[in-house]
This record gives sequence, structure tokens and C-alpha cells, in this order.
Amino acid sequence: MKKVEAIVKPFKLDEVKEALNKLGITGMTVTEVKGFGRQKGHVELYRGAEYEVSFIPKVKIEAVVADALLTKVIEAIEEAAKTGKIGDGKIFVMPVDEVVRIRTGERGEAAV
Amino acid sequence: MKKIFRRYGGVVVALALVAGLATAALSEEKPAPVQSQITSAATQAAPAVIPAPAATPAPEAAPAPAEPVPDPTGANTGTAADVVGATSGSPTADDLENLGKTEPLALKLADTVGHNRIAINIVWTLVAGFLVMFMQAGFAMAETGFTRAKNAGHTMAMNFMVYALGMLGYWVMGFALQMGGVGSVATLGGCTTLNHEFTISLLGHDFGLFGLKGFFLSGGTYDASVFTLFLFQMVFMDTTATIPTGAMAERWTFKSFVVYALFVSAVIYPLYANWVWGGGWLSQLGKNFGLGHGHVDFAGSSVVHLTGGVIAVAGAWVLGPRLGKFNKDGSANAIPGHHIPMAIVGCFILAFGWFGFNAGSTLAGTDLRIGVVAVNTMLASAASAFSAMMYMWFRYGKPDVSMIANGFLAGLVAITAPCAFVTAPVAVFIGAIAGLLLCVAIFFVERTLKIDDPVGAISVHGVNGAWGVLALGLFADGTYGDGLNGVPGTVKGLFYGDTSQFIAQAIGTATNIVVIFAISYVFFKVLDKVIPMRVDPELEVEGLDMAEVAVKAYPDFNIKSVH
Repeated sequence: MKKVEAIVKPFKLDEVKEALNKLGITGMTVTEVKGFGRQKGHVELYRGAEYEVSFIPKVKIEAVVADALLTKVIEAIEEAAKTGKIGDGKIFVMPVDEVVRIRTGERGEAAV
Repeated sequence: MKKIFRRYGGVVVALALVAGLATAALSEEKPAPVQSQITSAATQAAPAVIPAPAATPAPEAAPAPAEPVPDPTGANTGTAADVVGATSGSPTADDLENLGKTEPLALKLADTVGHNRIAINIVWTLVAGFLVMFMQAGFAMAETGFTRAKNAGHTMAMNFMVYALGMLGYWVMGFALQMGGVGSVATLGGCTTLNHEFTISLLGHDFGLFGLKGFFLSGGTYDASVFTLFLFQMVFMDTTATIPTGAMAERWTFKSFVVYALFVSAVIYPLYANWVWGGGWLSQLGKNFGLGHGHVDFAGSSVVHLTGGVIAVAGAWVLGPRLGKFNKDGSANAIPGHHIPMAIVGCFILAFGWFGFNAGSTLAGTDLRIGVVAVNTMLASAASAFSAMMYMWFRYGKPDVSMIANGFLAGLVAITAPCAFVTAPVAVFIGAIAGLLLCVAIFFVERTLKIDDPVGAISVHGVNGAWGVLALGLFADGTYGDGLNGVPGTVKGLFYGDTSQFIAQAIGTATNIVVIFAISYVFFKVLDKVIPMRVDPELEVEGLDMAEVAVKAYPDFNIKSVH
């Protein structure tokens, strides 16, 4: 099992969700987050004066998937979230040791 | 001791206030005439249709003129005399006297017509006043929207309480100082009990300085017309009072704000308003010195907006910029407002209220010039929003909506004085210039004067208030204002043949800037010594809401992480 953590542009959330649903993933968690990457935010103009927006709003999607599905999930997110412009986000993948479905007590991939 | 004060102090202050006011309200004594070498004369300044008795300072021996009788129910306000001069075909005073002898019923009907005529004017003035009152909501939303979320409760509280505090200060003495000597407001059927102006003699002319009738709306001014006039003038004063709260937002202690709200309504505003609208010396520049019709300001570009803008300069200067506004090298940082939609709705409410502000300033629904006034008002605002948009678009690449909203208001401010005196193309021109002036002024205030004005109040109201009264002196087209301020003929600007009108406008503008700035600056300096005006830096960083007004505007949101 792997956890896929994708940070994407907020308006891309729906497309990513649709793409992952098509693959048959069983759940995801979404958080509104802010942050910066290599550009360190950007400068905006308000009433003729500049100000720095150092933390840019993004959406973080977390999904735990079976190993078999991992490559497809990554590709799906990549494709759905891509605009080709700066700020498209990143995908992180990390191992998951155990999953528990609290209601039934199931363990492992059955609980995902 | 401190504990006792905390527990009972508020109650004691409230009781003392009630006791004092009750004493004042119940005493039916007529105010004693001013004892001094300075003459104190009854004046008649308003453009009265009915000729008022000539005002000569009565010598000691002469019998005092009969004191006018107030009309609390309004049942006797508006008579056949108010029909005279209503239209070119309406009966003259002679007609009424001569024909009335043979047609007594017609005379009685004329009385009813006169009453109805005044009733229309009073209803119009009241409804317009209600519209202007609602502008307070517009100011509250515009100012709060253009400032940060962490201070939203505080900014709203100032805008809210300036209405209540200002009204009380104005009721206690502001109204009396402003209108106590106006002598007569013909369109409202009289107000003749407001007949006591304090004047000084200079260069052989009387200079009216302030009125002395109508304190607590008592002392012989318990009168339907006077109360109507109070409502209308009160909401105008409140507009002035709330302008500086925008320029001084996000860093002002509420305690010192309370003192300010009372002082501006009781003293600063009424003085200049008396000089222009209450029969004071600026309105008499025409009669006394042949300068046009004196300083003419139809609805308050100078009286209301320039005054508010000048107080805002003094206040924001004494208070200093918000933390983080200016860098060490003097360059300015943007501190974006937290709720632009709220600010935009506020601007729309202001524009809606402005119809009452300008068209209502005829004080007469029977004066059909209101159609021209209302259209000029909206045209100017459209032109100024457009010119501000284009300026920002060309200069900075985007049509910054907060600047467009400011530009929209700038046009309304500028057209406020000339709205009754100019043609439609001129109204559009005045508005277009106002939008550009606004943009230039915002950057001048911020980058050159280094004054931090979060909402642009100084540029909207101060700069464009001055432009408005000067524009009247340039473009008044001579179709309106016959007999205004006791000067025969209509109001003509410099481009329509009367240079002296422009001079009067310039004198009025300069007087406002010098006098209002001096009074406000000294007031704020002294206030700052007695009750510090600036909040603690830690509170300013944290936000004023909890510390100053005990409420967070948005308790469910973690607003510190958002800008």
C-alpha cells in the first residue's frame, strides 16, 4: 500500500477527483493548504502598490492505494492536474505500513 | 478604587448625563441675548421667497421685535403666502390681498394649497434625509471592506457609533451653532424661530460666525419645520464625521474616537456649515462684497466632504501610518482590504444615498430642478468610475476595482456642489476629472505626503470636495439659483461671465482648508495628550477587535493566516 499526496491548483480538484474515481479508488482526503515552491510566491498590485503573496493557495489530496493501482493513480493525477504553467504542484508517494477500517476491524489492503 | 469605578462608573456617568439633559430640556427660559460690544443681530440669509424683515441691530430703546412662535404640530405651517411665486402664473401677494376680498373661498383654498406645497417639501426633505442616513451603512461597509479582517469589528464599531455619538453632539449644540441664525427656510415653511446669529462687525459689514438658537432642539425651536431641518442637517454632519474614521482605521483607540465623534459634531462641522449654509459670512460674500452669490455649495462638496477630508488629513497625520505600511526607505507597501465585495456594495449604497444628498438639498419636492440634480449626480459618478478605471488600466496594467470604487465616489463628491447649476456634458466632465484627480491624489498622499489612508478618504472627499466647489465657480451656467444668498440673478461661473463667483468659491475652499485643518490638528494633538490615540503596537499586530470593542468580527475563521 502507498499513500499518494498530491498538491495541485485548487481549480483542478474536480478533474483530479473524476480521474481517480474512474480508476476505482475507494476514498480520498482533501485539505485547503498554502505554500510556496521555487518561485517563493509572487508579487501582486493593490492600489498601485506592490505586495508579496508568499503563500499561494493550493489543494492537498491524500489517497491510500493498493500497490497495483499506484502507477495508474500517479499518471491520472499528473494528467488531470497539468496546465504546463508554473505552480502545477507536486505528487509525493510514501509507503503505508498498516490500514484499519475502524467499523469492521479489517486490516491491510481490505481496509483501504 | 479602580474596581469601584469599573463597577459603578458607567452608571454614574449615565445618570449624570440624563440629569443634565433633563434640566436643559425642561428649562423653558429663552436664551439670554449676548452681552458684548459685538452686535448680535437677527439675520435672514436663506434665499427666502418671502421677504424677511430688514435686520438692523436694534438700539437699546427700540421695542424688541416679536419673537416668532414655534409650530410643534405643523398645523399652521404652510399658508397662502407660500403659494406666492410658486410658478410664473401663481398669484402674487397683491392678488391674494385684493382678489381675496371678493373671493374668500379662493383665499381659504390658497391657504390649503400653501400647506400642501410645504407638506410636499417637508416629505421630500425627510425622505431624502432617510436616504442620506442609510449612507452610514455604505460608509461602514466600504471602510470595513477596504481594511483587514482582524480589525473589522473595530472599523464597524466606529462607523456605527459615529452615527449615535454624532447625533447627540449635534443635538446638544451642533445644530444650534450651525443653523441657529439661519433666520428663515422658506421651502420648509419658515424655521423663523432660528433667528439668532452671533456676528462681528468688520470693514463695515456683519460677519456671521455661528448661530445661538436651538440648543437641545429646545428654547422656542419645538417646531415641525425646525425638526425636519435638524434631521436633514444631522445626517449631513454624520457624513463628515464618518469620513476620517476611514483614513484613521486600524490603529485608533476607541476611547479617543468617542471624544472625536462628539467634538466634530458639536463644534468643528457646525462652524463652517454655518458660514456657508447657516447665513454666516461666507454665504454673504456676494451681498457684502459683490463676489457672485457668496460661497455657493449646493449639497456639500466643501461643507461636508472637504471638511471631512481635511479632518482626515490632520487625524491620519497625528496618528501616523499603520505598522508595516511604509518601509525604512519610505516606500509604501500595499495592505489589501479583506472584503472587496462588501466594499463595492457599500459604494453602491453610498451612490443610492447620494440621490437624497444632492436632490434632497433643494429642501423642496416642489422645486422640479431635482430632476436635473439627480441626473447630473449619476452622470458624474459614471464618468469618474470610467476615468479611474482607464487611468489604472493604462498606468498599472489592470483596472483595480478598489480604485474604480474610489473613483466612483470621487465623482459623486465633486458633483455635490455644482449638481444643481451645470449641464449634463459639464457634469460628465467634472466627473471624469474627479476620477483622474482621485488616482493622482491617492498616490500623492501615499508616496509624497507619506500619510497612510487605508480607504482613500482624503483623496475621495478632500481633494474632490475642493474640485467640486471650484468647478461650480467655473461652470455654473446661469439657469438656476435666482436670488440665492440674497443676491439677485442666477448663479454664473467663470466660463459663463462671472469671475467673482469663482473668487468666492476659492475663498470658501481656502478658508475651509486653513480653518478646519488648524482646529482639527490642534484638537487631535491635545486629544492625543489626554487620551492616547494610538493603540499599543502589540494590539495593532494582533488586531483591534478583541482588545478595543470586545468582539471578533469573524470568530470562526483563523484570520491571522489570511491577509
